[in-house]
Amino acid sequence: MIPNPNIPEVIQNVPLQYYLILSTLLFVIGIIGVLTRRNAIIIFMSVELMLNAANILLIAFSSYRSDPSGQVFVFFIMAVAAAEVAVGLAIIVMIYRNTRNTDIGFLNKLKW
Amino acid sequence: MSASLLVLIPLLPFLGFLINGIGFRTIPKGAVGIIGSLAVIGSFALSLNAFNAFVAAGSTPFVLPLFDWITVGDLNIPFSFQIDQLSLLMLMIITGVGSLIHIYSIGYMKHDEGFGKFFAYLNLFLFFMLLLVLGSNYVIMFIGWEGVGLCSYLLIGFWNKNTNYNNAARKAFIMNRVGDLGFLLGIFTIIATFGSVEYLEVFSKATGFQVGDPVIIAITLFLFIGAMGKSAQIPLYTWLPDAMAGPTPVSALIHAATMVTAGIYMVIRSNVLYSLAPSTLEFVGIIGGATALFAASIGLLQNDIKKVLAYSTVSQLGYMFMGLGAMAYSASMFHVITHAFFKALLFLGAGSVIHAMSDEQDIRSMGGLRKKLPITFLTFLIATIAISGIPPFAGFFSKDEILAHVFEHNKLLWVVGVLGSLMTSFYMFRLLFLTFFGKFRGTHDQEHHLHESPASMTIPLVILAVLSALGGFIGVPEALHGTHKLAEFMSPLYEGSRQVNPEAFLPTTLSHSEEYILMAVSVGVALISLIIAYVMYVQKESVPAPDSEEKSAVQNLIYNKYYVDELYNAVFVKPIKSLSNVLYSFGEFFIDLFVNGTARLIAFLGGLLRKTQTGSTGDYVFAMVLGIVVILFWKLLL
Repeated sequence: MIPNPNIPEVIQNVPLQYYLILSTLLFVIGIIGVLTRRNAIIIFMSVELMLNAANILLIAFSSYRSDPSGQVFVFFIMAVAAAEVAVGLAIIVMIYRNTRNTDIGFLNKLKW
Repeated sequence: MSASLLVLIPLLPFLGFLINGIGFRTIPKGAVGIIGSLAVIGSFALSLNAFNAFVAAGSTPFVLPLFDWITVGDLNIPFSFQIDQLSLLMLMIITGVGSLIHIYSIGYMKHDEGFGKFFAYLNLFLFFMLLLVLGSNYVIMFIGWEGVGLCSYLLIGFWNKNTNYNNAARKAFIMNRVGDLGFLLGIFTIIATFGSVEYLEVFSKATGFQVGDPVIIAITLFLFIGAMGKSAQIPLYTWLPDAMAGPTPVSALIHAATMVTAGIYMVIRSNVLYSLAPSTLEFVGIIGGATALFAASIGLLQNDIKKVLAYSTVSQLGYMFMGLGAMAYSASMFHVITHAFFKALLFLGAGSVIHAMSDEQDIRSMGGLRKKLPITFLTFLIATIAISGIPPFAGFFSKDEILAHVFEHNKLLWVVGVLGSLMTSFYMFRLLFLTFFGKFRGTHDQEHHLHESPASMTIPLVILAVLSALGGFIGVPEALHGTHKLAEFMSPLYEGSRQVNPEAFLPTTLSHSEEYILMAVSVGVALISLIIAYVMYVQKESVPAPDSEEKSAVQNLIYNKYYVDELYNAVFVKPIKSLSNVLYSFGEFFIDLFVNGTARLIAFLGGLLRKTQTGSTGDYVFAMVLGIVVILFWKLLL
């Protein structure tokens, strides 16, 4: 990768590829979590993990390209994610109240 | 007379229709009748006012433009009213007789559930009828033409719980539609020929045509087909006798005094076109004569009081067309006016009888009613004398004038007319004698209930009786040292016709003595019929045989109306029904095949697809991830 003179030394010390690998790993862990776990809370956490994997990627590219809009975007995502967490947790609480459980295996009514 | 007041003439009944039509469930019965009647009386007062203003202003016709209605290419159809002698005369008949019949209906329909609905329909009918006569072009006339047809349908089937009545209503509507098609074709031909539908423009352009021009003949024939339907002429007359299914005031207003004369109004309105087409006039005269004779002969043996009057109406309309055929436009209009008086009176009188007889309509069960219903009897007697053409009552003058013109024009038709007149007089006096003379033949219950009708019914009867008695004096022929006020008044209407066909408007070639002979003949036959009827039904007290009894072949033929209804049934109704049944089942098969096939296919595919809806969240998430992977592969790798 061609070093960009505009990027500060501190950031250039960690190559961009590392960030890519890290976020890919986080994303795959998230997917595996969503696919394999049955507990609604864990699935929810895995979804958050995937979301943040994408955030890391956005920040990394933003820094390496000296383009602040990526970071602005991440702030938005974090704000929206916070709101979404509130809603998501509320849904899980409701599921728990209805089934006395957070196992999504119980939620199989929505079918033919 | 300001323009806004003229606009109110048709709008008042429309307002009445809106009020009664929307509120007939909530407005109390007393108010309904008053609103409905006041709307019509109001427009009668306005019509009178308009008539006086028109005469005071020197009888100059004018067109009152209201708004631009249709503008397509070069064709411009404004919405405007034409005020002239003809439309004013029609206005006065319609609103005048209409007012009386509205007042009568308050008494006659008092006990009916649909009182409000009835008045709403009557008012709507008057609105359309006034539009028909006021419009300044054929398209507005057509709106009115269709509108009165609709109201006629609604009112014939007014007691819609009876299937026979509904069938009668449908028959009237469909027969009128057949005529309307001819009328529409006539309008289209007028547009194609003259590029306008405005009366003034069409007639001024028509004066440039030669007498007997084929286009004009086509137009007049098409228009006459419309008139045949609306005015119940052969072959489209069978709906009118069936239309008696409606309440009696409806028969009086729509099926005697006003709507059925729309055809005559139309021909007089288009007199320029008709004067240009002598062959059409010939045809009109023959149809009119045939109808007059044919319907009168059926009337001879009918036993239903309203059916007799219905056939009499058809026959009298035939006379009017006979007059039109002889280009006696004013005479026909004269007969329209007098006929409106005495036929409305006859129907209302019949209504009064039916009311007293607890809804019995068969004259074989009546008799001797003269003492119980003195006012009805007297007014009915006057109307009978008037329709029979016995001087000095109204019918004599108008019928005689028509017959005199016909005599000049075509001797054979005159003979037909006199024969019809003979029959008219006979069946009318037969009706009168069977109903009011002799002994009562109904049940004991009916006799117990016999009573004279309330004042709201007898007052219109008396007013109409006065008009029937004196109405003829607006047109006393010259031979009787009178002045024909009506003909003088209407004379400016025929300017155009006089220009294109001057021979037709020459003063009569009949000498006074010839006219006296004609009058003597028609009065003579009427008197002979009267005497025959008197001998048969009063002195010998013979009563028509009940239906169960064997009749001679001729009697059977006439009693069953020459089997025309059966003939139409066999020739038109049945084949069309079976054809539509075939088409129906054919279409049913293919359309069902397609529609049901599509439905089955969708159901089958849906059945397959729904298996993917397992309900387990894990499966859905897996499908989602799989979807993302596929999209990624698609976009990135391929």
